[in-house]
Amino acid sequence: MALIAARGLGRSFGTKRVLRDLDLDVAERELVLVTGPNGSGKSTLLALCAGLLAPTAGELDVAVDRGRIGYLAHEPLVYRELTALENLDLYGRLYRVPERRERIGMLFERFGLWEARRTPVASFSRGMQQRLALCRTLLHDPALLLLDEPYAGLDEAGGELLDAELAGLAGRRTLLLATHDPGRVGRLATGRLALA
Amino acid sequence: MTYLADVGALARKDLLLELRSRDTLPAMILFVVSTLVVFNFSLPAETGDLAAYGLLWVAIVFTAILGLTRAFAAEREQRVLDGLVLAPCDRSAIWLGKGISVVAFLALAEVVALPAFGLFFEPVTWELVAAVALADIGLAAVGTLLAAMAAASRARELLLPLLFLPLVIPVVVGGVGASIADDPGRYLGFLGLYDLIFAILSWASFEYVVTE
Repeated sequence: MALIAARGLGRSFGTKRVLRDLDLDVAERELVLVTGPNGSGKSTLLALCAGLLAPTAGELDVAVDRGRIGYLAHEPLVYRELTALENLDLYGRLYRVPERRERIGMLFERFGLWEARRTPVASFSRGMQQRLALCRTLLHDPALLLLDEPYAGLDEAGGELLDAELAGLAGRRTLLLATHDPGRVGRLATGRLALA
Repeated sequence: MTYLADVGALARKDLLLELRSRDTLPAMILFVVSTLVVFNFSLPAETGDLAAYGLLWVAIVFTAILGLTRAFAAEREQRVLDGLVLAPCDRSAIWLGKGISVVAFLALAEVVALPAFGLFFEPVTWELVAAVALADIGLAAVGTLLAAMAAASRARELLLPLLFLPLVIPVVVGGVGASIADDPGRYLGFLGLYDLIFAILSWASFEYVVTE
């Protein structure tokens, strides 16, 4: 059974049609790469799957509760004035993460943010913010991961950490990953969607 | 209990953000006190005492607008509202948490404003304090919902007052009435009823405001 099923999916913003007549099936434990030029609707597709946008045409069925979705957007979706730890603690409470503190600590260790955990996010570099956003996305061990340009802003070390993370998730979780660099995770992909 | 824990976590986060950034509360306090000072000098000497109460309520409503304009600023900045909306908690908890922090900021601004009112104009009575407390709940209930709606708009600074002011006219009527009437109980009851109705409406409709 498909975890994500789209039929004739379309999304417009005013008069501008960003996505049109898209059919898509993503089965459980698949990793589907979404590629395409700027403005082709990659981010819009992910926001639709996350439930943040509603389709303006067609049908979209995502067979996962919203609490089991991990959504990585262009912005880290964290408060700049709070520390990394305070941000993840808030999300951990809202997502009812069991053994929240341990899980947060483990993610900080894994993504190299342990030393910066009590630093306000406002002073984080773009790469550190992206690492924190990845921690936030993975915090509740989601069944479906919607990752929009996950390598954006990461340095080489950060990219390698993410490579390892994705390799661990591939085959265990369902991933829809929008990227301009399909070569980097191409070997893990079970499907590709090229938007024009 | 989980719902209340979510509300508590969200309200605590707002108070912590204000403690760190000090963006909203100092501006609200400065605004309400300056407004009262301006009114003090602009009212003709022969103006009746009753006018002063009206001006206090004008100052309170505009101070609330000032605070509400900033209410979702942190969420808007990095699209954090998307992150909160995706969480499995009841979305009305976001409204309630934010509403509690708005009430807290308004109350703190009034802790300064009411003694200033007493200094410049009329003594502060228990009826006035009760009316202000009830009004804060109504202003926060309606204002938080409208602030969330306005946050998604480009013209948010225009939209919020345009939507907010007509809806809070009953609060001004009830507040002024409770401050000057011989029988303030009727007006306090009216404010309480307003709070109840608009809190229920806002609580129930918040989910539709933050999702498409």
